[in-house]
Amino acid sequence: MLLQLDAVGKAFGGVSAVDGVSFGVAQGQVHGLIGPNGAGKTTLINLISGLMRPDRGAICFDGQRIDRLPPYRVAALGIRRTYQNIRLFPAMTARENVTVGQHTRRTDTLLERLWFSPRVAAEERRLRDEALRLLARVDVSDLAEVRASNLSYGDQRRLEIARALGSEPRLLLLDEPAAGMNGTEARALGRLVRSLVGDGLTVLLVEHNVRLVMEVCDGITVLDFGRVIADGTPAEVSRDEAVIAAYLGTDDDQAADVQETIATLETAAGSLIEPAPAQGEAPRPGAETEAR
Amino acid sequence: MGWLQEFYNQNSSTINFFGLNAILGLSIYLTLAAGLLSLANAGFMAIGAYVSALLTIHGHWPFWAVLPGGALVAALVAVPLGLPVLRLRGVFLAIATIGFGEVVRLFFINWDYAGGALGINGIPQQTRWYHIFGLLLVLLYCFWRLRGSRTGFAWEAIREDESAARTMGVNTTFYKLLAFVLGAFIAGLAGGLQAHLRFIVDPNDYGFGEAVDILVFAVVGGMNIFVGPVLGAGLITVLPEALRHLRSFGIQPGPDRTLVSGVVLLLVILFLPRGLVSLFTEAPRSWARREEPVAPPA
Ligand SMILES: Nc1ncnc2c1ncn2[C@@H]1O[C@H](COP(=O)(O)OP(=O)(O)OP(=O)(O)O)[C@@H](O)[C@H]1O
Ligand SMILES: [Mg+2]
Repeated sequence: MLLQLDAVGKAFGGVSAVDGVSFGVAQGQVHGLIGPNGAGKTTLINLISGLMRPDRGAICFDGQRIDRLPPYRVAALGIRRTYQNIRLFPAMTARENVTVGQHTRRTDTLLERLWFSPRVAAEERRLRDEALRLLARVDVSDLAEVRASNLSYGDQRRLEIARALGSEPRLLLLDEPAAGMNGTEARALGRLVRSLVGDGLTVLLVEHNVRLVMEVCDGITVLDFGRVIADGTPAEVSRDEAVIAAYLGTDDDQAADVQETIATLETAAGSLIEPAPAQGEAPRPGAETEAR
Repeated sequence: MGWLQEFYNQNSSTINFFGLNAILGLSIYLTLAAGLLSLANAGFMAIGAYVSALLTIHGHWPFWAVLPGGALVAALVAVPLGLPVLRLRGVFLAIATIGFGEVVRLFFINWDYAGGALGINGIPQQTRWYHIFGLLLVLLYCFWRLRGSRTGFAWEAIREDESAARTMGVNTTFYKLLAFVLGAFIAGLAGGLQAHLRFIVDPNDYGFGEAVDILVFAVVGGMNIFVGPVLGAGLITVLPEALRHLRSFGIQPGPDRTLVSGVVLLLVILFLPRGLVSLFTEAPRSWARREEPVAPPA
């Protein structure tokens, strides 16, 4: 397993946001992480990326404990993330945002820049070309010199992915990358994720768009109230009683509709099943800013 | 060149103080560029001034050595100060660094070896205009090359979103401390140059007022690019001198002049919120960057 979580727990005050979560993500897979609002998905991403420390349990990446490392060290190991509430560098252009993403790969020192070292100039040219290629890959290449804050919502989400890819990561953590996207955009995103995996990347995908998750993921872990309630292939998870209950409630009236709903999820050919706008997007003050 | 010589002779103190203030403006720009609202630079300037003056008078060090000596001590003080203090943000950092400035001032007032409340007198006047402007040019060149560098981008990222910068692999603690310490070093150099320009070092010249003045250079000039604080220092140094010539219009020195200065500053801040530098650049962030296209509707 490239990423392995072992009985990870994290509480905020009295609230147990993540409660003994264990699962693994194999190299070269897209692993889905789903669950109702407040299930602890974002908290888990914060724990893996080092922005928060677990109260207990262990997180291992490529066999190495990472749960006590500061975020920049985790990033240096090759783990990058995007944010549910977009967190680009708003005053920088799209290309500059990707350049910051390349930070760990740059080797220039101020001294070398002072005398216009050709080595540094060549490195900058190379990384600049690569940044432009990454922007093209996420379909924002014509907006390379536009300030991030002036980009449309979907472009900002895609730019966050390009910024994360700037470092050539091994593991990419995506926190609701399709939120706010229309069906066409979300499908394109799904293709992008698959093509990244084709290049050897491993992806942990948090997403409310069930159809996208079902289509793209090799394995899925379902969280509810901070606990793993199911873990398996998309087909297994979509038939799991506990998952169905968690998503739809255990109301008797609804029980009859459950199988039908699941069938719809799996076969829906037309529009994507979108989460209600309040889901996923609800900015929770402090949820991502309060780290340590 | 005769007229230039004459102009310098008549205005030498204004010209030199402009240069020193521009260097101080650059010193605070460094921390602001990393998103740190630090008001410690007046204190670092005091350390540079005192240490270099003492090295000259008691240590008989040559001038070329006392300047980096004073600045180095300022930078060394900045390390243990910065490690705890740079965890603070925004106005809390500002207050903590104001506190540091007061501690420095009180320390020198009570240090009899350094003249106590009277400060140090009779420092040989070794600073020449070309020392000040030579340093300013070197600094401007360094700041220009810093743009687009790994370090420059790291600072900008921290200013824009510190948490996001951390998950992009930026060691924010290191880069914030680097900005703070380099800013202290530059302020220390300015202090040493000033001490050897004015003959005296007076502990009360480095208090809260000076700390705010340095910040005002950056605010008035603009904080988005390094030439901003230089322009700000220019306006604020030259304005009182220019107003001196207004005597013929019935404006008296003293309170009137301060009032006119204040009004001009207010106008600049109201009408040029991004500072004087925005006069020269429509693109908000850079004079080198071309006009930004606006995103077409998605
Ligand atoms: N920094 C924080 N401080 C206090 N409580 C928090 C913090 N972050 C998350 N929580 C709480 O932890 C629980 C899990 O939140 P989390 O954001 O991880 O859920 P989620 O699965 O990402 O939900 P959503 O689908 O709405 O994004 C929630 O009850 C939330 O209120
Ligand atoms: Mg979330």
